[in-house]
Amino acid sequence: MIELILPAIVSCIVAFFVVFAMTPLLIKFLEKRNLTVKDMNKKEDTMIARPGGISIVAGIILSEIVLYAFLQLNEILAITLTTFTAFLIGYVDDRRVMGGWFKPVALAFAAIPIIVFGVYGTDLAFPIFGTVQIPVLYIGLIIFMISITGNTINSIDVLNGVASGFMVIASFSLSVCLFIMQNYEVAIISLPLGFVSLAFYKYHKIPSKIFPGDSGALTLGAMYGAIAIVGSVEIIAAVALLPAVVNSFLFLSSVKQIVEHRQIKGKPVEHTDDFKLKATNDKTAPVTLVRLILAGGPLTEKQVGFAIFKLAIFSGILAIITTFLMGINS
Amino acid sequence: MKSDLYGFLFAMWVLILLGGGILVTILGPFSISGFGLFDMLITSIIKAMIAIILVVIWILILSKLKNWIFRKEIDS
Repeated sequence: MIELILPAIVSCIVAFFVVFAMTPLLIKFLEKRNLTVKDMNKKEDTMIARPGGISIVAGIILSEIVLYAFLQLNEILAITLTTFTAFLIGYVDDRRVMGGWFKPVALAFAAIPIIVFGVYGTDLAFPIFGTVQIPVLYIGLIIFMISITGNTINSIDVLNGVASGFMVIASFSLSVCLFIMQNYEVAIISLPLGFVSLAFYKYHKIPSKIFPGDSGALTLGAMYGAIAIVGSVEIIAAVALLPAVVNSFLFLSSVKQIVEHRQIKGKPVEHTDDFKLKATNDKTAPVTLVRLILAGGPLTEKQVGFAIFKLAIFSGILAIITTFLMGINS
Repeated sequence: MKSDLYGFLFAMWVLILLGGGILVTILGPFSISGFGLFDMLITSIIKAMIAIILVVIWILILSKLKNWIFRKEIDS
């Protein structure tokens, strides 16, 4: 454990400061090239640089290289390659408008490094009841998990700062759970995800100066899923991600097909005269987490963001309780 | 509404715990023999089918729960 402290500190510093220093330069670069999109929740026509996934993936890759230099673990290579593949898939979607099926299907390929390096167990651990061995089924679970986590984080990237802020809470909760389970190596591998998200949140929080784009959201989500598999904490990771899972579940169960948000005609949310967010009565619009939060009345974008963060903290606590329940049967 | 959301998250968590219990209880001890080299493959396929059925049931329960908790908002 003691020998892991230095690699952990160095990789976290690299993760945070690479994103912290690189993102302002990326914003200038993207603005100069007119790679901006309109912020739909602002009164004035505000153009925001996108995609910020470039600085996110740079922070992750450099910090994981530092960790690999210290630890030489195949787990680091598998997680980094999966994350980078997810970034490339997201970047393609940022530059070209792809169909609704593109990301879920393409993300299945991002899981290949985990399978090739064989850095997974075949036991699925559940709290209280113990484990179940599913050697063949587990391969399918790996593919499914990366696709689900990537798209789930992408689906929650709807307001300023929400995706990165949510990821800060979920990933640090997951790291705490890994430390509780004494899975120290994977816990340390997971820490850069939280620090990268935290540094990016500085520029993504309201009012956003940059959006992560599909490349950023898929990078964060796929790395989270990869850590869950490599650390054998799939159920705990799912619990920490529950608000985002609820959002995807509500969306899919109301539209009943896999489509991009831009393909949906009905608007779940509109603006009041003072530009607060308000749930619509449009029956063709999907039910989403934001729409349900707004069901009690109009709120500012910042208030909705904080409501989501509180839900993320609640799920993080449930994840930690789940971790302690894991110990009951072991 | 926000308390309903916390309730829904908590219900999802309980369903995960219960679903895990059912999976471990049903799938854990399940194995087939008598097919030689194919024992593991056949066992895995049957386990996969049972797991998929359980997931479908889980989603249906969650869907009913969603309609029950958020009925007012979804109908409006």
